[in-house]
Amino acid sequence: MPVLGADMDEGTVLEWLVKPGDEVRKGDVIAVIDTEKSAIEVESFSAGTIKQLAVSVGETVPVGTVLAIIAEPAGERAAPAPAAARKELTHGQPVKAERPAPPVPAPRPVSPVIRHRARDLGIDLATILGTGPAGSVTREDLEHAAASLRPAAAPSPTAASPKPARSPQKPRPGGGRRRVTPLARRLAAELGVDLAAVAGTGPAGAIREADVRQAAPAGQPAPAAAAAAPAARSAAERNQSMRQAIARLMARSKREIPHYYVTNTADMTRAMTWLHDRNRELEVSQRLVPAALLLKASALAARQIPQLNGYWADDAFHPAEAVHLGVAISLRGGGLLTPAIHDAADLQLTELMSRMRDLVTRARSGRLRGSELTDGTITVTNLGDQGVESVHGVIYPPQVALVGFGRIIERPVVVDGLIGARPVVTTTLAADHRATDGYTGSRYLSVLGDLLQRPEEL
Amino acid sequence: MTPAQAKTAVKEALGQVTPGADTGSVAADADLRDTFELDSLDFLRFVEILSERSGERIDEDDYPQLVTVASAVKFLTGHTRR
Repeated sequence: MPVLGADMDEGTVLEWLVKPGDEVRKGDVIAVIDTEKSAIEVESFSAGTIKQLAVSVGETVPVGTVLAIIAEPAGERAAPAPAAARKELTHGQPVKAERPAPPVPAPRPVSPVIRHRARDLGIDLATILGTGPAGSVTREDLEHAAASLRPAAAPSPTAASPKPARSPQKPRPGGGRRRVTPLARRLAAELGVDLAAVAGTGPAGAIREADVRQAAPAGQPAPAAAAAAPAARSAAERNQSMRQAIARLMARSKREIPHYYVTNTADMTRAMTWLHDRNRELEVSQRLVPAALLLKASALAARQIPQLNGYWADDAFHPAEAVHLGVAISLRGGGLLTPAIHDAADLQLTELMSRMRDLVTRARSGRLRGSELTDGTITVTNLGDQGVESVHGVIYPPQVALVGFGRIIERPVVVDGLIGARPVVTTTLAADHRATDGYTGSRYLSVLGDLLQRPEEL
Repeated sequence: MTPAQAKTAVKEALGQVTPGADTGSVAADADLRDTFELDSLDFLRFVEILSERSGERIDEDDYPQLVTVASAVKFLTGHTRR
């Protein structure tokens, strides 16, 4: 059972999307797990053949429990899933089990306390995949490893490859896996449609429900409602459990993280004019909203000020290699999720916009992936649409910074000694004082403001 | 588009953007963004659906005319008669 978000203790298998004997590729969605916050798709950390599903549908098991056993393609050895899966879902980095790790194994920070505890438990640290930042082994990992060693049936975690450098999960041309929405995948299975023969019309060629229906032979019956699947929590239960999860996490953040706050005002005249001119030529579906500019600028600023992009763990800051921008998305029934847009600083605005739309849609009505919920390196909250002028957020642990945007509003501004009305936005940064000082935070907002003055470069 | 068609289009678009929301009883002069808590992405989707249904291009400059059911109906009926 992977960790699908900070403070997750257990999860329920809602659905297996594979069965023993199925071939899976790295990154394929193999199961749907219900957590306090939402139903989440779990991706395979490794390629191979599913040998055994160790947890039945409907069963709730603690984090760290073996979910499935995947045999290597050659079939010689079985790779137990738990540790690797936990790692993958913490960092979005699928780890190849029992095979030579890709280049650049990063050193894993180990604190003296952890080393001591490992000795007490008789556990070799090298056999554990850490779920902490930069692959570090946390106390929880140790306890889970110790627990899973106890029952004779549980295979010991042998997937011990160090964390390789993260590579973007972009679809690779030729032989790369194709993105398929979960609904489309299920529908394809029900309708007997070969996904390899379906043309995707979603973002980056993703196959969507409509594509599968299009490809299905005429006269196919409508898909049966997922009768076999156990019901996810009711709306009321979900609301309550999500509230509790948020409560725990935010309380932990405020308890552990000494927040400091800085605020700035960014002139949005150029950005709004540029956006307006650009949108004028485009169809509605191609248009950008101001939030896309704000997100892109936030990601680029995070790359320029790397001290704010990463995690705090074991009394040290661990910078992230890429900018995976967490986006706070409020849900209609209450509550929020903060999935990440991977490699946001490298995306074209249109791509970032479509990822944002996709994330919002799936956060509210579909399913997010485990990697999306655990990979964020810095988070943005944009409450401008709700009319507020500024938001001073609570940092999402173990991240060290949260960027806030208020409403873009016309204000009297002095330019060259003259007062004029200009659109401005209040930008805020809540940052972890253990990792950085106000100086760094101020630089971040200053860089962010400068980037917004050059919208054509975003 | 007749006013009745336009009204149906507006309410159905709202229903698609905010599944589960009660679009039937919304007052003609209620601010749609406030009433349905539409964020900028929701509103974009709303415009997109209206544009698809009416077959008319809706520019950003037209957005202020889509703030209520009544103004949106007026816009859609006026627009398509041109």
